[in-house]
Amino acid sequence: MFAYIIRRILAAAVLLLVVSAVTFAIFFLLPRLAGETVDQLATQYIGKNPSPDAIAAVKKNLGLDQPLYTQYWNFLKGLVSGAEYKFGPEPATCHVPCFGYSFKNHLEVWPELSKRIPVTLSLAIGAATLWLVSGVATGVVSALRPRSIFDRISMGIALAGVSLPVFFTGALLLTVFSYEWPILDNLQYVNFTDDPLMWARNLILPWISLAFLYSALYARLTRAGMLETMSEDYIRTARAKGLAERKVVTRHGLRAALTPIVTIFGMDLGLLLGGALITEQVFSLQGVGQFAVQAISDNDLPKILGTTLLAAFFIVLCNLVVDLLYAAVDPRVRLS
Amino acid sequence: MRRSRTVALTATAAAAVLVVTGCSSSTKSTDAKSTASGSATEAAGGSGANAATKGIVNASDKKGGTVTFEMKGTPDSLDPGNTYYAYIYNFSRLYGRPLTTFQPGAGEAGNKLVPDLAESLGQVSADGLSWTYKLRKGLKYDDGTPITSKDVKYAVERSNFAPDVNSNGPTYFKELLVDNPTPYEGPYKDKTGDLKSIETPDDTTIVFHLTHAFADFDYLVSAPQTVPVPQAKDTGAEYVKKIVSSGSFKFESYEDGKQAVLVPNTNWDPSTDPIRKQLPDKIVLRMNIDQATIDKDLLAGNAQVDLVGGGVDPQTQAQILQNPKLKANTDNAYGGRLVYMAINTDVAPFDNIECRKAVQYAVDKVSVQTALGGPVRGQVANTVLPPDIPGHQDFNVWETKDNKGDEAKAKAALKACGKDSITTVLSARTERATEVAAATSIQAALKKVGINAEIQQFPQGKYLADSAGAPKFAKEHNIGLMMMQWGADWPTGYGFLQQIVDGRAIKASGNSNLASLNDPAVNKLLDDAATNPDRAAREKIYGDIDKKVMEAAVYVPLTDFKVFLYRPDNATNLASTPAFSGEYDYLNIGTTK
Repeated sequence: MFAYIIRRILAAAVLLLVVSAVTFAIFFLLPRLAGETVDQLATQYIGKNPSPDAIAAVKKNLGLDQPLYTQYWNFLKGLVSGAEYKFGPEPATCHVPCFGYSFKNHLEVWPELSKRIPVTLSLAIGAATLWLVSGVATGVVSALRPRSIFDRISMGIALAGVSLPVFFTGALLLTVFSYEWPILDNLQYVNFTDDPLMWARNLILPWISLAFLYSALYARLTRAGMLETMSEDYIRTARAKGLAERKVVTRHGLRAALTPIVTIFGMDLGLLLGGALITEQVFSLQGVGQFAVQAISDNDLPKILGTTLLAAFFIVLCNLVVDLLYAAVDPRVRLS
Repeated sequence: MRRSRTVALTATAAAAVLVVTGCSSSTKSTDAKSTASGSATEAAGGSGANAATKGIVNASDKKGGTVTFEMKGTPDSLDPGNTYYAYIYNFSRLYGRPLTTFQPGAGEAGNKLVPDLAESLGQVSADGLSWTYKLRKGLKYDDGTPITSKDVKYAVERSNFAPDVNSNGPTYFKELLVDNPTPYEGPYKDKTGDLKSIETPDDTTIVFHLTHAFADFDYLVSAPQTVPVPQAKDTGAEYVKKIVSSGSFKFESYEDGKQAVLVPNTNWDPSTDPIRKQLPDKIVLRMNIDQATIDKDLLAGNAQVDLVGGGVDPQTQAQILQNPKLKANTDNAYGGRLVYMAINTDVAPFDNIECRKAVQYAVDKVSVQTALGGPVRGQVANTVLPPDIPGHQDFNVWETKDNKGDEAKAKAALKACGKDSITTVLSARTERATEVAAATSIQAALKKVGINAEIQQFPQGKYLADSAGAPKFAKEHNIGLMMMQWGADWPTGYGFLQQIVDGRAIKASGNSNLASLNDPAVNKLLDDAATNPDRAAREKIYGDIDKKVMEAAVYVPLTDFKVFLYRPDNATNLASTPAFSGEYDYLNIGTTK
């Protein structure tokens, strides 16, 4: 078990390294191949008055005049040991992990980015809990009573959920609950540690709109999985043994049906942690996704690079957790 | 140097906004013509549509409450020495006092320049080369330390001479002030030296020495670049996180890209400040808010002001225009910006004035206006100077019936040019959907008279640097016609015209004189205006320049851009000011909430 975990962590690290190299190449190598000069890159740091002096200074300060592999090496070094840049009166230290400086306002990327993580984390975890519970429960009940009224209605709602994008449901919820009947108005993110009640109150609409989309998908997946497992031979055996129906369903049926759900859940959660772009935009939540959108519209490469790596990190991490969970969920998988 | 601080962000926002408005432009704005006519009276009170373009709406001295500003996206910086957006020029005055500023007021009253940190406007020497300002007595920062003229000098140095640290703002001072014998490298690189051409003989006096006479200097020092910064507190790019306040409010907190909270500055002394009121208990600026949310918050009174001030989004606009009650709370003001098409005199056959005339006559400005979002988003323009800039005169050199174009006149001009048809390229910016739509409308009008313009789109970030604004590139690619928008950095004819009509301002890259107009008579008039100490005389010259430029037929004015703002009932002291692109003046907004 221990060796397995170590192996997986190492593999994850290598994967992240590859992701970082590919992203770095996309942002710094491809534009060059397409004919962008180092001067043009440096100009992006300077804003509206790119004088030759300023361009030269930026190139030197950021090491843009060095060969690309050196720059990549420095970038990696910055991630683990920090770096020093010369902006402002004193040389500024870019702290670990150093993702460099924003093109737009010359501030370090990581402190700004890391401040966004709690927002996205709150959004993702809350929504995920909601959709997992409601989705799986609906799926199970539907599967146990196929073609019943409950099944038809809930699967109908699920179909609507899958089809309706967050920017529709979100805006609808906002209009109804925030503006027409202001039960939940003035939604602004509050830290969980500051005021858990306000935290939940202000996040409930984003949770619901996000969870609506996903729980529909999970309900359908669970239903299909359950229908299949419940017709397996070992279920019949379990019933024949005289097990209570509840145990048959939870211990034998659901457990097997959960394996694909766990896989997808890991992916979905990882993706969301990298930024729920649309939800954050609709509800003006200042999370990682909004940071990414802003960075892209500002053409701010270091910020984009930072969010990409963060997203990759979350996806890799969630997948790692999923692999470990398999062992717990599915008796057929034993790590040894 | 680029005079478009209003353009970049508002325009992207507006572009997105305008796409949809194009479809709903049939909603007639009946009072569009009467807006922003600029009654100079400082009328308090008044209500109804466009009330805040005529006087201060909800004038009140009521203290307390929280005033919330919301914005789409983020500003370039809240650091007064590192910004180039009109709305930050406006907003920063809450926590920073420049030497001069604009008096809060609507219409022409808002264009009035008054001393702020200085006790009076500048004293200019007989040769026009030295400007002296005296600071008011008893000025203090929020930490209680006194404000000195050295801090103003330092602020100008850090904002103009350190492009690798404070890169966002314009560098007019650098270009105007006499440099040291060995060029000054700015306060970060040259820690002991300073710029010798700014003198501070004592703690309340500051003298600027210029390379040439510049009559608009009082306007130049209204930029937040003269907001004092104590050198000991300056942390370069990090200064934005701990800005020292000289205004009526100070920072309680600042989170990049999220929000800033301002609270009353207890060390600000109202007896030193005739224009600020310090009304609310708290001012919150929320960033990165969805435009639809901002609009809803304004309608619900949860927010008082949309900081960017470009106007509500198209759905909201449609909703408001259909509801007389909501419409009574709106202001449709000029945004100090001209939407136009430049005719490149560098590219044949537009070196011939007759061919340029053909274009002037051919364009159907009404259909262009529709493409740009209809009358609510801009009035048809026939002059280069917008109506909200002093010196604007009404005339129409290339008149066509109802501004709809005149095929016969255009064809006649084409004939006089010795052509049956012309093939050329019309450039526009990819990100600006309405600009492309306007270009398409122009293309159709030109085709009717035999001018075939192929539309080529370029990314806006490189429009002036590498394509339309690079004369060599434009010539090589046969770009004879170019879509463009222009706003002034300060509301004078010089501030608006110089970069786009001065032949000596033509640059190999980042050129804004897109027509490549180099008319000695125009250049001379600009110099006359720059050195003429008499304001009325200067304003007359700007009108004359405008006429000369229009007679040369090098620019096709399309529309004078307008903003469409919503005023929540619970916001007080709202006046749409031409000094800040039609935005409300942010200095004294309070709330009754």
